[in-house]
Amino acid sequence: MILSAQQSLIIIAIIALGTFLTRALPFLLFPSNRATPPFILYLGNVIPFAAIAMLIVYCLKNVSLLAAPYGLPEGIAIAFIVVIHLWKKNVLLSIGGGTVLYMALVQFVFA
Amino acid sequence: MQEKTKALKAAFPYTLPVMTGYLFLGMAFGILLNSKGYHFGWALLMSVFIYAGSMQYVAINLLTIAFNPLNAFIMTLMVNARHLFYGLSLLGKFGEGGSKKPYLMFGLTDETFSILCATNPPPGVDRGWFMFFITLLNQSYWVMACALGGILGSLVSFNTKGIDFVMTALFVVIFLEQWKSQKQHAPALIGLGASVFCLLVFGPVNFIIPSMILIILVFTLLRRPIENLTNLETIDKLEEVS
Repeated sequence: MILSAQQSLIIIAIIALGTFLTRALPFLLFPSNRATPPFILYLGNVIPFAAIAMLIVYCLKNVSLLAAPYGLPEGIAIAFIVVIHLWKKNVLLSIGGGTVLYMALVQFVFA
Repeated sequence: MQEKTKALKAAFPYTLPVMTGYLFLGMAFGILLNSKGYHFGWALLMSVFIYAGSMQYVAINLLTIAFNPLNAFIMTLMVNARHLFYGLSLLGKFGEGGSKKPYLMFGLTDETFSILCATNPPPGVDRGWFMFFITLLNQSYWVMACALGGILGSLVSFNTKGIDFVMTALFVVIFLEQWKSQKQHAPALIGLGASVFCLLVFGPVNFIIPSMILIILVFTLLRRPIENLTNLETIDKLEEVS
C-alpha cells in the first residue's frame, strides 16, 4: 500500500460520491415532467463512445513503442480480443482469454 | 410480500448473463486489489459503496499513485460520464421506482442499464420492485465476486503479473460492442484521436483532463455535422428504448 488506510478511505469515499453523482445527476437536473435541453441530450449521446476510447488509451498510457518489447504483448492481446470477440461474440471468452493470453505473454514470452 | 417475491422471481432470469460476467471481472478485481496490498475487506467495501466495474479498476490506479483527491474526483466524473446518458434514457421508467428510486440510481451500472432499458416486467409484476431486484441481484453477484477474489488472492499465491490487463480487455470489448451498434464512428474516433494527441502532448501523468476538455470542445464545435450524421440512428435507438 502506497497510501495510508485513512488516505485510501478518503479516495474511496470520493470515488463513491462521484459515481453516485454521475448516476443521479440526470434525475436531479431533469425531473420527468420537464424537457431536457437538446445540447445535453447530444452530449449524452456522443460522450459514451469517446469516453471508452479514452479509457483504452488511459490503460495503455505507459506502453512504449520505442523500447523493448515495443508494445507487442498489448498489441497481440488486443488483436486476439478483437478477432475472438467478432468471431465468437462471447464477452467472457474475449475478456478472460485476452487477459490470460496477455499474462502468458508478459510472464513467459517477453519476460 | 407476495408482490416482492413475484418481482424477484421475474427478475432473476434476466440477471444470469450478468452473473457470469461479474464473477470473472469481480474476482479479477479482488485478486488485483489484493496484489496491491489491500485485503478482501477493501474489495468488499468498494464493491458495496462504489459499485462500478470500470471505475473500481481505475480506483486501483488511483490508490497506487500519490494521494490526490481532486484528481480522483475529476477522474471519476470522466470515467462515469457515460452514466449521465443512461440516466437520461431511464428518466421515464425510474419515475415508477417510488421509494426504490435512490437505490436504482446508485446501482445503474453498464450491465444493469443494458437490462433495464431493454426489458419490461411481465404482466402483473410491479415495475418498481422488478427494477429493484435486477439491480440488487446484480450488485450481490458483484460484491460476492470482489470479496471472493480478495480472499482467493490472499490464499493462493500465483504470479499476477499482467492481470491488470483485464481492464484493458473490458474496455476493448465495450468499444467493439459500441462500434458494432453504430453506423457512424465519429464520436469514438474523436475520443481516440483526442486522447492519443493529449497523451503525446501532455504525457502519461497529466493527459486525462486535457483529453476530456478537448473531447467536449470538438463535440461542441462539430455538433451540427455529427448530429446530422447520427440523427437517424438516435431516433431509431430512442424508439427501441421506449
